[in-house]
Amino acid sequence: MLRKAIEEILVAHKGQGWIMEPESKRLLSLAELPVPRHFWAHTIAAARRYADEIGYPVVAKVVSPEIVHKSDSGGVAVGIADPEELEAVFHRLAALPGFAGVLVEEMVAGLELIIGAKIDYQFGPVILLGMGGTKAEIYQDVVLRMAPLDDLCIITMVKALRANRLLTGYRGEKPVNLAALSRLLLLFSGLVMEMAEYIESVDLNPVLCNSENCVVADARIMLRPPERGAA
Amino acid sequence: MAVIGVSTTNDRHPANVIYNKNRHRYPVEVFAVNPRGGSRQGECVFTRISEIPTPVDLAVIAARAEYVEGIMADCIKNGVKAAVIVSGGFAESGRSDLQERLVQMAREADFPFIGPNCLGIYAPGQADTFFLAGERMVLPPTGHVALISQSGGILVDQMIKFTAEEVGLSIAISIGNKALIRELDLLEALAADPRTQVIVFYIEGFGRNEGRRFVEAVRRCPKPVVVIKAGKSRAGSRAVSSHTASMAGDYEVFSAVLAQFKVLEAKNETELLSFCQSLLCYPRNIEGRVGIVTGSGGHGAVAVDYCSDLGINVPNFSPDVQANIKTLLSTSIQNIAAIDNPIDLTGSAVDDDFVNVANLLSQAEDVDCLLFLMLPYLPGITSDVGARLGQVYQQLRKPMMAYVPLVEKYRMIIDGFEFNGIPVANSIEGAVQMVEALRRPPSC
Repeated sequence: MLRKAIEEILVAHKGQGWIMEPESKRLLSLAELPVPRHFWAHTIAAARRYADEIGYPVVAKVVSPEIVHKSDSGGVAVGIADPEELEAVFHRLAALPGFAGVLVEEMVAGLELIIGAKIDYQFGPVILLGMGGTKAEIYQDVVLRMAPLDDLCIITMVKALRANRLLTGYRGEKPVNLAALSRLLLLFSGLVMEMAEYIESVDLNPVLCNSENCVVADARIMLRPPERGAA
Repeated sequence: MAVIGVSTTNDRHPANVIYNKNRHRYPVEVFAVNPRGGSRQGECVFTRISEIPTPVDLAVIAARAEYVEGIMADCIKNGVKAAVIVSGGFAESGRSDLQERLVQMAREADFPFIGPNCLGIYAPGQADTFFLAGERMVLPPTGHVALISQSGGILVDQMIKFTAEEVGLSIAISIGNKALIRELDLLEALAADPRTQVIVFYIEGFGRNEGRRFVEAVRRCPKPVVVIKAGKSRAGSRAVSSHTASMAGDYEVFSAVLAQFKVLEAKNETELLSFCQSLLCYPRNIEGRVGIVTGSGGHGAVAVDYCSDLGINVPNFSPDVQANIKTLLSTSIQNIAAIDNPIDLTGSAVDDDFVNVANLLSQAEDVDCLLFLMLPYLPGITSDVGARLGQVYQQLRKPMMAYVPLVEKYRMIIDGFEFNGIPVANSIEGAVQMVEALRRPPSC
């Protein structure tokens, strides 16, 4: 059953074809997927107020309906140390096309994973887990499974990653919280099954995993284009 | 069987070929149909199905596309049970409308048909709707592999390869445009077919969500399913807007989901044959910890390399097992044989060395299958060695695979293995693939 509040977000963005980060994160939160603390600021004053509330350092990301890949357009700044730097970043982001505000967000440290979904023509909803970040397509270290996932399936996915040892504690690093990762994958799988009719693909990238938690640091939901011939 | 479209003037017409081979080679009562009627070779050609004096089980339709709809209506009206539509000229050449009408009519009448644009069914010793003259075909023996193929050409080619390796078929079906009966329907039918033990599909692609229904049916199927896929490269350069869509291409998803549901994907024809040979002997899964036994260090090293490529475990033997192996060996090789995995019994080994090691490893926990790489030309090896190792398997039932060069000279060794239920490969790589076939991970 598609939850009403989630459906409303999906329907509201149909015309745009995709859902920008703040709204994607609101949707994920409704499905109980953990996201970092964040605020959508439209003015410098608001951005500073939110950053104070979160505590420096913070991340600032452009919100723009015209920018799907924010990093590629210089729309992401991490490790912002103080209000002056935040103000400078705000000005820079405000000059980007389609500027519709800045997402001010808590800095989270962790291993960068990608969790994705795609509605495959032959197999319907499939889930992807891999080494994430902006270079995900260089690593090409991903595993795919047909959704819905179950606990056993998730264990085999994590084991099948080539970089599996980065998750289980490599060279004295603390292992990532695999229980949190499993919970996140399970919730995501359920959400994808729920909204399969509406979506084309989803990137949760990066998902930041550390020894305590796994949080979705960025999200992009691409919606299914209207059927050809339909109004 | 009624063959519709038989010509009274052109005996090379596909319908004539089908009529002739079934009339002369199979235990089938076959009737020729052509609206023009007449006779050929003293046999009556019926003008319509309704004239045939006995009930018809199968109509093979090899008439021009535009006549097929009328012929099918006639079949349904006269209680024919099913059809193979050999004719082309449907969806594959832009006439999806003609094809759609056939599907609708068949659905309404609950009338199963295979095709159109296909060769249909080859059932060894029973019937054959392939429009290829009997003397041109290479016919595999009757056996237990079912081969289903979208492409007729590939199917016939595979039948040649299966014959060469003496792997028998329960049935071979070319489904062509698969307008009504598709892979999924055949999977369900063959899962219940007592003659079929292994089901093989050559697949170009599934329809929308059809792959999902297929793997869900595989989950319910108690028999191993092998798929060989054509069309792995990405179709066109569709704009891809997300990392996920870019990294989860059509083939990547296909391959991953099949593995998820324990379908074995054969990457090429050699693998396909090795998989089938192995699965016919051992339908059950193993973890895949292989013990390798040979008379040549080189053979052992090559096999270990292939195992490592496929991620197959070749574990070290425990000190106990190694010590026991040593005590079992002929005195002449006790100090020269390599007794850890892979075991190299050396060129001085005799049959007894192989048999004793097989006995011991069949009872050792260290490995769950054994791979014998035989060098039949070694002076101490006799033509009995296959049968003697086969008897060890018959007693202790730990899966064994063997590599023996495939030449007539070594036939008795090969038969000795095979008669005892051990698959024999004609290459080291093939023997390792036989292990791979059994190593399907738990589905999730």
